Amino acid sequence: MSTATRTPPAPATDPAGEGPTIAVRHLLAQIGRYVFLCAVLGFFALPLLWLTTAPFDDTPTVTASLPQFTLDNFRALLDNPYALSSLRNSVYLAAGTAALVVTFAALAAYALSRVRVPGRDALLYGLLLLSSIVTGTATMVPLFELAFRLNLIDSRLGVILILSGGLLPAAIFILKDFMDSTPTSYEESARVFGASPLQIMRHIVVPLVRPGLATVGVWAVANVWGNFLVPFLLLRSPDKAPAAVIMYTLYTEGGQADLRLLSTFSLLYSLPVALMFVFVSSRYGFRFHGGIKR
Amino acid sequence: MSAITMRELTKVYPNGVRALDALDLEIADGEFFALLGPSGCGKTTLLRTIAGLEVASGGNVHIGGRNVTNLPPGKRDVAMVFQDYALFPHMTVQDNIAYPLRIKKMDRRSRGEKAAETADELGLTALLQRRPGQLSGGQQQRVALARAMACHPQVFLLDEPLSNLDARLRLEARTFLKRLQRELGVTTVFVTHDQAEALALADRIAVMEGGRIRQVGTPTEVFRRPANTFVAGFIGSTPMNLVDAEVHDGELAVAGTRLPVPDEARDRVSAGEKLVYGVRPEYLDYSPEPAPGALSGQVVVVENLGSFSLVSLDMPSGDAPATPGTSLQVVVPEGREPEPGDTGWVVPRPGRSLLYRDGELVSTAAPPAVPAARTGADAER
Repeated sequence: MSTATRTPPAPATDPAGEGPTIAVRHLLAQIGRYVFLCAVLGFFALPLLWLTTAPFDDTPTVTASLPQFTLDNFRALLDNPYALSSLRNSVYLAAGTAALVVTFAALAAYALSRVRVPGRDALLYGLLLLSSIVTGTATMVPLFELAFRLNLIDSRLGVILILSGGLLPAAIFILKDFMDSTPTSYEESARVFGASPLQIMRHIVVPLVRPGLATVGVWAVANVWGNFLVPFLLLRSPDKAPAAVIMYTLYTEGGQADLRLLSTFSLLYSLPVALMFVFVSSRYGFRFHGGIKR
Repeated sequence: MSAITMRELTKVYPNGVRALDALDLEIADGEFFALLGPSGCGKTTLLRTIAGLEVASGGNVHIGGRNVTNLPPGKRDVAMVFQDYALFPHMTVQDNIAYPLRIKKMDRRSRGEKAAETADELGLTALLQRRPGQLSGGQQQRVALARAMACHPQVFLLDEPLSNLDARLRLEARTFLKRLQRELGVTTVFVTHDQAEALALADRIAVMEGGRIRQVGTPTEVFRRPANTFVAGFIGSTPMNLVDAEVHDGELAVAGTRLPVPDEARDRVSAGEKLVYGVRPEYLDYSPEPAPGALSGQVVVVENLGSFSLVSLDMPSGDAPATPGTSLQVVVPEGREPEPGDTGWVVPRPGRSLLYRDGELVSTAAPPAVPAARTGADAER
């Protein structure tokens, strides 16, 4: 092992013949690297390409190709009774969950950051671990049972509550870091001037951790938007189903996936979230850690 | 009338640390008062307890004759300037200064006017629409002071007001702060670990150690007559020389020389007693030739400090119980510095030597608690 710390002997200065070989090898390595990167890029870009071309194609297939341009697919989608209302349902569920998660996570993170509770970190890590189970497949049966007993089957509120419960621990975890990095002297200063805890929260803490709140809000929306299982199991009537569930129903009578409708709906389905990302990112900037720009 | 009185004030943290230990202190109305001590001595805890940010474990605090011990910070009518100024980074200077008025439910317009008025007094008018991040350290400090002034508190509390400024700005800010306090006449308590800052700014200083107050006095008292060896070592840009001494035939045997016993201690020492002799480097005169009543030694280090030099001498061990290598420091004016290796003589100036027994000053007078002038003024009101 002692040889590991020793500097390896310097390579003998090569005679005139070896120089070009090294240059060629270097070039080949460079080419290899770019070929690899192109392959990876293509792997991720092709589905996106399909998403932007297929909706405008007369006869879309599973391959991406230059479309026979048409807007008929959109017209066909509008004829589907549930397509547009499902997007509205998705907005309800996402907005409701994001509002609940941001509000309660902010309050909880603030309290956890400022009050010394024995075993606080253990509690946080425990919740974080369990949260992946709560909204996961494993607990769907007891959750369904619970929602049934509480009369929350086929209710949007039920879906919002269960999704919020699943997202809260991670949201608290992220926001606590933001709260931790806010100097307590800001709050103490406000306290000496006579501000109440809620005033301090409203005037000082929330504006300071706004990037964190924005991050958690967007993250919650994106999570709800893509969640299929919970609304699929808890919502019975199709007019309450969100887009992720309705997409599952876009099949022809023969059980074949209707690629025209499916691709068009996929585009509409992904646009709101993408737009929200762009908007929030330009407005607040995303950060997953605390710290204050002064 | 906004004197601060603390009785038996105690603060014990949950981890058992006794930050304040049954502390008694009176701060007179309008006084500029310094809490001075090394880090961990409890000075910041004391300030925060006056502010109400820490809850006292025992004893009480009165501000302006009102018992505020159990009041929350917002109800104590104090304003605090934090070490990092704690300016809200998302608000403009104007909103920052107006914040205390916003809490007091003053309407938007009048608090804006009031903030502009206060900013004008501190020369901040041009900066009103800026954010704290766009200000220099000195400007930030003035905004923090303006915010504290805007609500006209009875008491200002400043936590290390100068420590976040660079050296040159610190001198400027010191003068500014002292003038501002004079003009406003508001009782002001500040915390510092820098003895020069405390001496320069304060009307009176409390020197703290381990949650207790070791001496309270004017800067002159604390500098000239430290009540104990802790204060003697802490105050002054060069610490006081403290040398072992023994009483012999009514004289002091110090490092091989006989010196007269200081007047105030003459009747209070007994023959053969072992004491500590203290004299500041500033109160010693250096001489290259033997002089009567002088301590002699060998020059080991000469440190140039601008207009004067600090000379360290090694004293021989004589018949006095001085340990070998006892050293003295003496301030020598420029142009008269010796070379290392020279033999030199130092003569203590009359009336400037002190004697310590078990770390406490041997003196006739009891240490003054509150200066007579201040208490007299209070009594008249």
